Amino acid sequence: MKLTLRIWRQKNAQDKGGLETHQLDDVSPDMSFLEMLDVLNEDLLEKGTEPIAFDHDCREGICGTCSLMIDGVPHGPDRGTTACQLHMRTFKDGDTLTIEPWRAKAFPVVKDLVVDRTSFDRIIQAGGYVSVNTGGAPDANLIPIPKAEADVAMDAAACIGCGACVAACKNASAMLFVAAKAGHLGHLPQGEVEKKARARAMVHQMDEEGFGACTNTYDCEAACPKEISVEFIAELHRDYRKGLFSGR
Amino acid sequence: MQLESKVPAGPLTEKWDKHRAEMKLVNPANKRKFRVIVVGTGLAGASASASLAELGYDVDAFCYQDSARRAHSIAAQGGINAAKNYPNDGDSVWRLFYDTIKGGDYRSREANVYRLAQVSNHIIDQCTAQGVPFAREYGGLLDNRSFGGAQVSRTFYARGQTGQQLLLGAYQALMRQVHLGKVSIYPRSEMLDVVLENGRAVGIVTRNLMTGEVRSWAADAVVLATGGYGNAFYLSTNAKGCNVTAAYRAYKRGAGFANPCFTQIHPTCIPVSGDHQSKLTLMSESLRNDGRVWVSKTTGDKRAPGDIPDDERDYYLERRYPSFGNLVPRDVASRAAKQVCDEGRGVGSSGLGVYLDFRDSINRVGEDGIRQRYGNLFHMYEKITAENPYQVPMRIYPAVHYTMGGVWVDYNLMTTIPGLYAIGEANFSDHGANRLGASALMQGLADGYFVLPYTIGDYIAQAGPSGAKSTDAAFTDVESEVNERTRKLLTRKGKRTPDSFHKELGKIMWDECGMSRNAEGLKQAIQRIPELREEFWESVRVTGAREELNQTLEKAGRVADFLEFGELMCRDALQREESCGGHFREEFQSEEGEALRDDEKFAHASVWEFKGDGAEPALHKEELEFENVTLTTRSYK
Repeated sequence: MKLTLRIWRQKNAQDKGGLETHQLDDVSPDMSFLEMLDVLNEDLLEKGTEPIAFDHDCREGICGTCSLMIDGVPHGPDRGTTACQLHMRTFKDGDTLTIEPWRAKAFPVVKDLVVDRTSFDRIIQAGGYVSVNTGGAPDANLIPIPKAEADVAMDAAACIGCGACVAACKNASAMLFVAAKAGHLGHLPQGEVEKKARARAMVHQMDEEGFGACTNTYDCEAACPKEISVEFIAELHRDYRKGLFSGR
Repeated sequence: MQLESKVPAGPLTEKWDKHRAEMKLVNPANKRKFRVIVVGTGLAGASASASLAELGYDVDAFCYQDSARRAHSIAAQGGINAAKNYPNDGDSVWRLFYDTIKGGDYRSREANVYRLAQVSNHIIDQCTAQGVPFAREYGGLLDNRSFGGAQVSRTFYARGQTGQQLLLGAYQALMRQVHLGKVSIYPRSEMLDVVLENGRAVGIVTRNLMTGEVRSWAADAVVLATGGYGNAFYLSTNAKGCNVTAAYRAYKRGAGFANPCFTQIHPTCIPVSGDHQSKLTLMSESLRNDGRVWVSKTTGDKRAPGDIPDDERDYYLERRYPSFGNLVPRDVASRAAKQVCDEGRGVGSSGLGVYLDFRDSINRVGEDGIRQRYGNLFHMYEKITAENPYQVPMRIYPAVHYTMGGVWVDYNLMTTIPGLYAIGEANFSDHGANRLGASALMQGLADGYFVLPYTIGDYIAQAGPSGAKSTDAAFTDVESEVNERTRKLLTRKGKRTPDSFHKELGKIMWDECGMSRNAEGLKQAIQRIPELREEFWESVRVTGAREELNQTLEKAGRVADFLEFGELMCRDALQREESCGGHFREEFQSEEGEALRDDEKFAHASVWEFKGDGAEPALHKEELEFENVTLTTRSYK
């Protein structure tokens, strides 16, 4: 396959940045998207040009590190797929692809396609956990949990924290990310105790970080590589409201 | 080098309790005066950092990823073992201990493994309390499944994402401590060296991967939770960033490195598709619960799998190992796959693959039943191969997955350097020569939640504050060494990329020190690797500058260490003249091709001591004493 790539290059956070065009003449359809970038980078390096910086690690769709906007869609055109699991057979010979970093105020660009997502960590720090210390936990089978509830918790817990939801949202809202964590813990008896306080703290931190508000356009759900449902956002709204009034 | 295992005296079942009763404690009010550095935020690192902070210590936690939540523990799929015996199928702490010792081919320390089995049940309780959404039965209680090397169902799981869910539990506990001000977290930071004062580990030197800043950090103890070195083979199931640097630098500063040749080749990975391949993807071993492994009985059979009738298929694991069948341990399954492929019966275009077939299970429990159990794995397989495994059998082939070898530690998880600890995959302790499935998660969390928080207190209570400051000469000297090395990498201006060296090293390692090894090949590798290393330092090309995000520089530094470490792996494989677990020496096999262990000569951990660049490392031995189990030939027939 032959491809034309328009790739975002930006030296550092201060640099204005811009698109750079590269031609690839020999792309195998069995390559993953990131392997295609590897080939380009090896080629650049051999020519003495600095390779394109992009984030990646596990390359099996679970670590949430890769973060590419491909033709304006986070992780590219395949539904429920991270960029590292996207394969070149999805594209056609002769295609032109535009590759950019996540765009959001709360995800500043570090270099080229690499952004800083530590704002997500700070949202979790604000309350995305069950406040238990190590030791002293009761037997795991002490509290039975209906399978259906545990399954809903697991659906939400599948979030990989990649930030595609933010990148897809016209408001750069982190609502789906926050709702997934709140939904995961809120559906389990262990997490229910702090449900309202958690919702309040995480939403406040989200605002603090400069993420936008949710206007229910659901682009987040469409972009989510783990296909997390926007229903969790509705639940978060409810818990947040309750949290405001109950003061707990 | 002194190798004192410090295993407490007394009966096996009482050692840990007795030791806990005798360990020195640090007064709660004094704990906040001590600082512990933890490098790595996977299951071991995150659980240790959180637990130490909860106890009151100040913790500095570092990881190379952009967030602690992305450490590679996250990719573990299948599950975590514990001796809960919820299914009432005869499990016990003793049986988990025995299976792990036997599965490790009797090359691990009894006392450590027994302790691991003892604390396994607490892990499940702890994780459940944190909100880990383990799979449940309809009655609301926890579900279990079977894994290789065991005849009981003791594996807890969260769909095919168990590692992710356990890591998120530990990560959330860690984030809570960051919020409470007890942990300072430094993502995108790579440890480049450990610093010693008067023989004691007192800190580390890191490079900030965003800014390139090289900086020293002082503490009272240092914990390495930096994972394994499977990427020495270039292609492995490890994340791209996984590396040996932290452990190897510790080795160069005097920490003994144990059994580097013990690497695990996982039997169920998606086969390589071409030269562009950057990593290999694992298909969880849990699939072997319902999938049947086979190849054609005839060599060079090019028929589609569906056209090969049952009586012309060789279900070779079921045939050779009737009692464990498709659930034989990983080393046995991997070698058997290699054998049938060597015979020319492999499948797929490369001939390096075998079928993992779900036809019979789908007929038994339906497609939905299989989707419930393995939906995300089937989805992932289809993404990568463009084949639908509900309709055609999966093609699988072994790939490097885990490293049992690691930094040598005593019973307290301390290395041969006082004040330096190694936990999780980074240490060598619990899995011997072969790790059983679902035991890596167990060990990482056992070390981090339930062992290290006790043993490090004992050390701190006795050793007292280190008194080290990051401006001490010991730190500035190491910083200069680190800077000099970086300068060298940036000024070679050669022709070859770091990745090209890594691939070449990986091929040597896979060919000569992979699934099967022999003296001749290993000797060649020991000769070839230093040549490659020399070429690297002459002609590697690294672009960009030091004071910025520079992924080529990061890569080059890691490859440079693999180019030294690979040689140590080969040396270790050469001296171990027996076949045990994942280490298969072709010279030592039975007539049926099974591994031949030599307990007379090799019932020990081989521990290597660094003797200087260019000098041969010294070999030390920790004899393994088995008082509670009888060493038998491992048979899964």
